[in-house]
Amino acid sequence: MKGFWHDAVEFFPILLNGVALTIVVTIGSLLLSTVLGLVWAMMRVSGIGLLSGLSASLINVIRGIPIIVLLFYLYFVMPDLGVTLTALQAAILGLGIAYSAYQAENFRAGIEAIDKGQIEAAQSIGMGWWLTMRRVVLPQAVRIVLPPYGNVMIMMLKDSSQASTITVAELALQGKLIASSTFKNTSVFTLVALMYLTMSIPLILLVRHFEKRAGKR
Amino acid sequence: MIELSDVHKSFGKVEVLKGITANVEKGEVVCIIGPSGSGKSTILRCINGLESYDRGEISVEGLKVDRDAPSIVAIRTQVSMVFQRFNLFPHRTALENVVEGPLYVKKEPRAAAFERGRALLARVGLAEKADVHPPQLSGGQQQRVAIARALAMQPKAILFDEPTSALDPELVGDVLGVMRKLADDGMTMVVVTHEMGFARDVADRVLFIDGGVIVEQGPAKAVLNQPQHPRTQDFLRRVLHPL
Repeated sequence: MKGFWHDAVEFFPILLNGVALTIVVTIGSLLLSTVLGLVWAMMRVSGIGLLSGLSASLINVIRGIPIIVLLFYLYFVMPDLGVTLTALQAAILGLGIAYSAYQAENFRAGIEAIDKGQIEAAQSIGMGWWLTMRRVVLPQAVRIVLPPYGNVMIMMLKDSSQASTITVAELALQGKLIASSTFKNTSVFTLVALMYLTMSIPLILLVRHFEKRAGKR
Repeated sequence: MIELSDVHKSFGKVEVLKGITANVEKGEVVCIIGPSGSGKSTILRCINGLESYDRGEISVEGLKVDRDAPSIVAIRTQVSMVFQRFNLFPHRTALENVVEGPLYVKKEPRAAAFERGRALLARVGLAEKADVHPPQLSGGQQQRVAIARALAMQPKAILFDEPTSALDPELVGDVLGVMRKLADDGMTMVVVTHEMGFARDVADRVLFIDGGVIVEQGPAKAVLNQPQHPRTQDFLRRVLHPL
């Protein structure tokens, strides 16, 4: 145990560098997945056959490819096609695209849970599709969507570790590097696990808060 | 003002409207009565384009109702609708529900819209409920807010789709009272209802619909007191004397 504390003090600053990248990857891909997910979901519920079909196929293709393969594709294959991305860019792009499929399905479920009468009431006062979405449907859908959205945040935080496979020196890769050079596997990976957990706990509490709020009405 | 000519509408294989021809004059109150599933609500929903129709033509002040044409917005701002289940926006207060259309559809200035919204809530007897959210209101209060929301569009006509059917019996009177005042003020109204007392006292004309056709129509008192068609007679007997 004494050895662990000693190691912890020594490795913590290095691992913190990893934490910073973990947070950058998580937030970047979260934002991207949210925007893309909203776009897919809007296409899906647009009522326009072509858009909704396109979105459905996209979602299925994205869902059917493992995140790690998507990352390899962006980082190792894209340069052959003339698009060179840094490891960080590829990680954010890959995780963002991968999770956009789940975000889209979550958003769609929230939108479709809104009572049809709400949409008819909006139409009957002359609102068009977009205004109905913006003023009536989305504000109500947010309450429904937030708890699962929080869960996606937690999953994305943990899945950001997959960026390590394309050389992004986030928390997991930093840990692995330290462990392989010091052979202090137990100390290092315990520390890494604790640091992920510490970052997850606020998110877990946030989800609980969302769930309570959603349950109120 | 509102004209329907030979309107047909099917849901899948079921034809709900089998050639409806009728018109509503400005300032007139027309009640549509008839058994459930006879197509009464569908007529209203076709008039403001919530439902498309297959054949015939509906026009509002000479403008053809086509739910896929841009003109539908203009028609909907002229012909408001009040729903059986109120359909208020639960995430907005009573007052916000009322000013939503004026602010975001008609782009009225904020202060003016809110002032008029408060006046409308007062007109339906709910001035003190302006800042309350719909789930905290009784059914009768919600329906009166919905009427204020419809009025806020300054419509030329209001369509009421069974406005009191979802209410507890003791709350029906408040809503009918508001509707009667509207009628007295000269609002053009088309009301699908099972309230025969309201139809008799307030309506100028009554249409009795059964099986997707207008079986009988005429001045309210004539149709309700001396129905000519056996189906009208049978329906009224059952509604007025259920036991």
